[in-house]
Amino acid sequence: MRLSVDGKTHEVDVEEDMPLLWVLRDEIGIKGVKYGCGIAQCGACTVHLDGVAVRSCQTLAADAVGANVTTINGLGTPAEMHAVQAAWAEHQVAQCGYCQSGQIMQAASMLAQIPNPTDEDIDAEMSGNLCRCGTYPQIRAAIVTAAAKLREA
Amino acid sequence: MGRVKTIARRTFLIGSAAVLGGVAFGAYLYKRPVENPLLPDLAEGDAALTEYVRITSDGVTLITPRADKGQGAYHVQAALIAEELDIDLDQVTVDPGPPSPAYYNTALSEEAPGFMPTDEGFGANSMRTIMGAAMKIMGMQITGGSTTTADSWEKLRVAGAVARETLKAAAAQQTGVDVAEMTTTRGTVVLPDGTAIAYTELAATAATLDPVQDVNLKAASEWRYIGKPMQRLDTVSKSTGMQDYGIDFELEDMLYATVVTNPRKGGDCWWINDEAALTMRGVHSVVAVTGGFGVIADNTWRAFQAAQQVTAGWSRAPYPAEQSDHWAALESAFADGKQDSQYRDDGDVEDALDEGDVVTAEYRAPYLAHAPLEPINATVKVSTDRVDVWTGTQVPRFVQTEVGKITGMDTEDVHVHVLMMGGSFGHRLELDVCRQAAEIAMTVPDTPVKVTYSREEDMTHDYTRQIAMARMRGTVKDGQVETLDLGIAMPSVVSSQMSRIGLSVPGPDAQIVAGAWEQPFGIPNYRVTGYRAPELAPISSWRSVGASSNGFFHDSALDELIHAAGADPMEERIRLTWDENARAVLEAVADMSGWSGPSMGENRGRGVAFCMSFGVPCAEVVEVTNTDRGIKIDKVFVAANVGQIVDPETLSRQMSGGALWGLGHSIAAEITHSDGMSDQQNFDGFEAMRMYQVPSVETRALELGEHVRGMGEPAVPPAAAALANAIFAATGTRLREMPFRNHFDFV
Repeated sequence: MRLSVDGKTHEVDVEEDMPLLWVLRDEIGIKGVKYGCGIAQCGACTVHLDGVAVRSCQTLAADAVGANVTTINGLGTPAEMHAVQAAWAEHQVAQCGYCQSGQIMQAASMLAQIPNPTDEDIDAEMSGNLCRCGTYPQIRAAIVTAAAKLREA
Repeated sequence: MGRVKTIARRTFLIGSAAVLGGVAFGAYLYKRPVENPLLPDLAEGDAALTEYVRITSDGVTLITPRADKGQGAYHVQAALIAEELDIDLDQVTVDPGPPSPAYYNTALSEEAPGFMPTDEGFGANSMRTIMGAAMKIMGMQITGGSTTTADSWEKLRVAGAVARETLKAAAAQQTGVDVAEMTTTRGTVVLPDGTAIAYTELAATAATLDPVQDVNLKAASEWRYIGKPMQRLDTVSKSTGMQDYGIDFELEDMLYATVVTNPRKGGDCWWINDEAALTMRGVHSVVAVTGGFGVIADNTWRAFQAAQQVTAGWSRAPYPAEQSDHWAALESAFADGKQDSQYRDDGDVEDALDEGDVVTAEYRAPYLAHAPLEPINATVKVSTDRVDVWTGTQVPRFVQTEVGKITGMDTEDVHVHVLMMGGSFGHRLELDVCRQAAEIAMTVPDTPVKVTYSREEDMTHDYTRQIAMARMRGTVKDGQVETLDLGIAMPSVVSSQMSRIGLSVPGPDAQIVAGAWEQPFGIPNYRVTGYRAPELAPISSWRSVGASSNGFFHDSALDELIHAAGADPMEERIRLTWDENARAVLEAVADMSGWSGPSMGENRGRGVAFCMSFGVPCAEVVEVTNTDRGIKIDKVFVAANVGQIVDPETLSRQMSGGALWGLGHSIAAEITHSDGMSDQQNFDGFEAMRMYQVPSVETRALELGEHVRGMGEPAVPPAAAALANAIFAATGTRLREMPFRNHFDFV
């Protein structure tokens, strides 16, 4: 099947029910997308399908055909960071950092739909993303910074 | 013989070792090994690996042997070297280095058994010296015990200074300019005429010199990095998906595997039926590993899927099958014959309890998984003459030894490459995955195999935090706490953990009473007794170890007595402490929180808790509201004394992250057993704190006293007690068992 990921087309030969997560990681080699739980409880595998956050561990490869898949690696790069990534760096959110790809993708998706989120919006939109290190206060602060930056743009 | 080897080794250490056309500097060059008759010969070949600074014509590499689990260890170690080396962090490469006994952890010996961290007496310091020698003898390259900053503080600054001065000597040799007229900045030696010579251009000359051993460390006023907010080296890579972890490791022609072992931890595997699995797409083979099987495939998911199709026969658990039996074992451990330690027995507890009205209480703390978000993994390649292991580990030398045993390879032929960890919290002190990956890789020689645990395998085989119980009796008199008698029962974490590498540890286990017996309070009648329960389910070090349960027990008990005395929780703790640093920490948290008593109006309350662990006095205030839908944590204040702040940003993250770790687990998390198996398999059953529950967190670090301390763990132990004390203030209900959500809803 043919997948469009981060602006590139990939021809992959996989089972239709292989989760997108494992196609991205083990077939295409995009390691920014993380495996954490496999049952949509932690959010580490979050990517965008046509701009909307989904859990790639619960998205079948076949269901991603025809959509634009964006991963953390495609959202921005160290040289050209997306506003959410730049806010994450500014607030030094990451400790171990393993959940942060998913947190950033979830936050970017939220801000695309809710440009000026309240604390309650952040609670509702971000509570599906686990952070074991406890970086939540910094995540909240970074979201506020990123939202302001994106509204200026 | 011993003396000859010692001299030969020192000679080697004193000379700077030329490494691949460059030069390497070690702290030993300055701090020579002390003459100590207790020290036997060190292993062959260790001397060549003592470097912390490696300079080649290509660049400068700082060696940071303490592992990074997310706590910022690489960054802090690099900053300490760079401070003295006069190089900027954007100019260096950071490398954890190879496993080596030279990277033994001195600071682990600060935890001298039976002596309080506040004890500076001859006995305490003698024990620390003996423990330090033991760490050195064993070459204990361990990341743990909140010791990275303490261990690195002098060693790494000295290594940086030795390198800097030797580079100046090299510049003097090359140019004829007097060293006294040179300065150093941004990785260059600057001559009086302004000419800057890059360190990389001096490496070849420096390699021919005896390193300068007589160095001065900079005064605090000269520090560029230490004490100032820094940007962590991994911040950008971790914000852009560019940071690779162990699980992301990839090699050409690699195979992907997973393991399934007896769901009853440590049990045997009698048989497997892999017929169905072998027909599945991408499956290479199913192989035996100790206690279970591994599935090798061409993709991790295919290995997971096939593993589910293998059936197996499992033995019974080598421990009680039902959770209630575990608790019963703890209950029956409170017996004279099972006393493990009684490091503290002040005043006359029995007399006081005979005279006064006795307050009693019983507390419980459950098993808990570490559950770092990156599932456990390791990649191993077995070749004819060497084995390579790529993994995130806190104990690289143990990995080397264990993998050597399994593969029949000499230890020096086992090459361990330590990779970034997506959390650990103590989980990556364990070695199972490395053993299993070695067993699997032996079946496919010359082919790298990456073994990834499913989350379910990770959680159900997590060697958990200890289960623990405490019983308190106490009295109060004239508005003050007069007697606190605390008995704590748990299995020995140290014994369980060491048994897995074939070691037995004699004597009492200080972790059974850590976070309780050594608290700096002057209660007139004060006794803390440890009771050793039999080994139950295997257990392991979980962020703050014994203190993770005992901080809750001790401070909850103290809070109950303060309440019985009718005293203010903050004022009475301050009155009771004789340690000036502990008092300062309590006063700081009172100031931060605007403490005015536990009551905050209807359905609101605040609690304070204190615990000294790993030598760090830490106090926390938690504010809660009892809403219609349950308890809401509004605010948390954390104060601690670390002696010296290296990076205030990294430190603050450990303080707030540690407190949230303690709070989140106390609310909702437990591992229980049925039929010998963990009832919780994934994050749906083992709930952690999520965004909607997170309070605002304010932190303040103090820099009092002589000792430099680490903050990876000490914010954990007070958190649960501060929350329980706050809930008591808001509701009048005293919570004595974790997780608290068995008693209250939380919002």
